Amino acid sequence: MSSLYEEINTPPASDIPVRRVTINVNGEARTANVEPRLLLAHLLRQGFKLTGTHTGCDTTNCGACTVLFDGRPIKSCTMFAVQADGHDVQTVEGLASASELHPLQEGFKQEHALQCGFCTPGMMMAAKALLEENLNPTEDEIRWALSGNLCRCTGYQNIVKAVLWAAEKMRAELN
Amino acid sequence: MYPSRFKYESPKTIVEAIKLLDAGKGDAKVLAGGQSLVPMLKLRFAFPDQIVDINNIPGLDYIRFDADGSLHIGALVRHEHLEKSVEISMRQPTIAAAAPLVADPIVRARGTFVGSVCHADPQGDWAATMIALHGSIVVQGPKGKRTIAMKDFVLGPYANSLNYNEIAIEAVIPAPKGVARGGYLKLERRVGDFATASVAVALDMSGDTVLNAGFALAGVGGKTIDANEAASALIGQKLTEATIAKAAQLVAALAEPRTDHRGSAEYKRHIVETFVKRILVANSAQKVA
Ligand SMILES: Cc1cc2nc3c(=O)[nH]c(=O)nc-3n(C[C@H](O)[C@H](O)[C@H](O)COP(=O)(O)OP(=O)(O)OC[C@H]3O[C@@H](n4cnc5c(N)ncnc54)[C@H](O)[C@@H]3O)c2cc1C
Ligand code: FES
Ligand code: FES
Repeated sequence: MSSLYEEINTPPASDIPVRRVTINVNGEARTANVEPRLLLAHLLRQGFKLTGTHTGCDTTNCGACTVLFDGRPIKSCTMFAVQADGHDVQTVEGLASASELHPLQEGFKQEHALQCGFCTPGMMMAAKALLEENLNPTEDEIRWALSGNLCRCTGYQNIVKAVLWAAEKMRAELN
Repeated sequence: MYPSRFKYESPKTIVEAIKLLDAGKGDAKVLAGGQSLVPMLKLRFAFPDQIVDINNIPGLDYIRFDADGSLHIGALVRHEHLEKSVEISMRQPTIAAAAPLVADPIVRARGTFVGSVCHADPQGDWAATMIALHGSIVVQGPKGKRTIAMKDFVLGPYANSLNYNEIAIEAVIPAPKGVARGGYLKLERRVGDFATASVAVALDMSGDTVLNAGFALAGVGGKTIDANEAASALIGQKLTEATIAKAAQLVAALAEPRTDHRGSAEYKRHIVETFVKRILVANSAQKVA
């Protein structure tokens, strides 16, 4: 599969080779031929059809495009797909198993933490990064960890509650 | 949005990276955390022919205090590494105070300290911190390494004194003469925003006497403001109400704020003076060894 900015309608410049990248996306090796300038968010969405990762601002401000890159949160609109070659990327699609929602997804449902849902995938990935480091976060720590993710609908209260809910469930599952 | 076309290389060594920059003759750009460069490429403010990604060069992510007390920060140390470093929190209060205030947590997971200094954004927190700490940048080019003092490194807004074929490989903060004190305060409209005004203060103290001091400002001028000359009010003195007021006044006088959507010039200058006072008062209250 080739992922270029085909909408430009010009053939790829002959002096800029298309690169073959293999990225471990949600535990599965995915391969693509990419132009160096292709953004990771676009490869995920258009190339791999993983449209759970949203692009909102496209200027590194909103966090809707947040994915985990080798376990750390990054804004995928601000990294090139070639940079992910050989790396591990987790997207919102990787949260649920075939039969079960991730505690974060359940928490968002229980606490009514989304309205339009646009910010939700990024919120959940940023929250996942937090919970991987700290399974017993305070409300303040959650707000701080999510301060790179903007939500225009909820007012954040229920998002914070949802993360507290998920943390509690994940702690219980550990015991 | 997407950038214009570029060639991409991710060399495994600094020497290889320098060769690529050299061959680029000014049309090649270093890519570190990408948190300033990628948005600029997407907005087409920058359109290099060649991107030299330094993220795959091993051994550049160190935070190291040498035996002489100097601090060395490698080119791939991300903002969050400094924020989470126990050694930094114990030994370098100005950096420790600034780290959580740079951008937002996701940007901090990727953006680098050295990249930020290179970017020389007048609102950038690290260039100001480095100036207050009397730091320097070690750069490497085809002819080897050289060290550039911070005061000569930032030339203006988004302009540094690197040659096109040089890479900044580490930031160096000299050993404090006594105990390192200081702080960083930033006024932002919302969490994660660039500074309306920020103040970096570095103090070297022996008991309650100031041996050396440094001040720098972000967000209140066309470039990072070097306010180190205000240190004269404090060197050899104790932190008293009078010396603190004098230093704060001198620093505020060096600000070059402009009225904009973040606030009026008078307001920003007032904030600078208040922040200098707050940091100095906090340090005078500390029982120093
Ligand atoms: C939403 C948002 C909010 C932000 N808020 C703040 C803030 O509050 N305060 C703040 O200080 N910054 C802020 N930033 C900027 C952020 O700190 C960047 O990480 C930083 O400015 C650049 O570091 P980088 O590693 O990402 O560099 P890059 O974006 O990779 O590079 C920036 C520039 O420096 C050059 N460069 C980088 N590394 C080197 C090197 N080793 N040698 C030579 N040249 C090099 C590049 O060629 C480029 O020109 C914000 C950014 C975003 C997206
Ligand atoms: S779309 Fe990436 S940060 Fe908004
Ligand atoms: S639910 Fe609409 S933006 Fe967050």
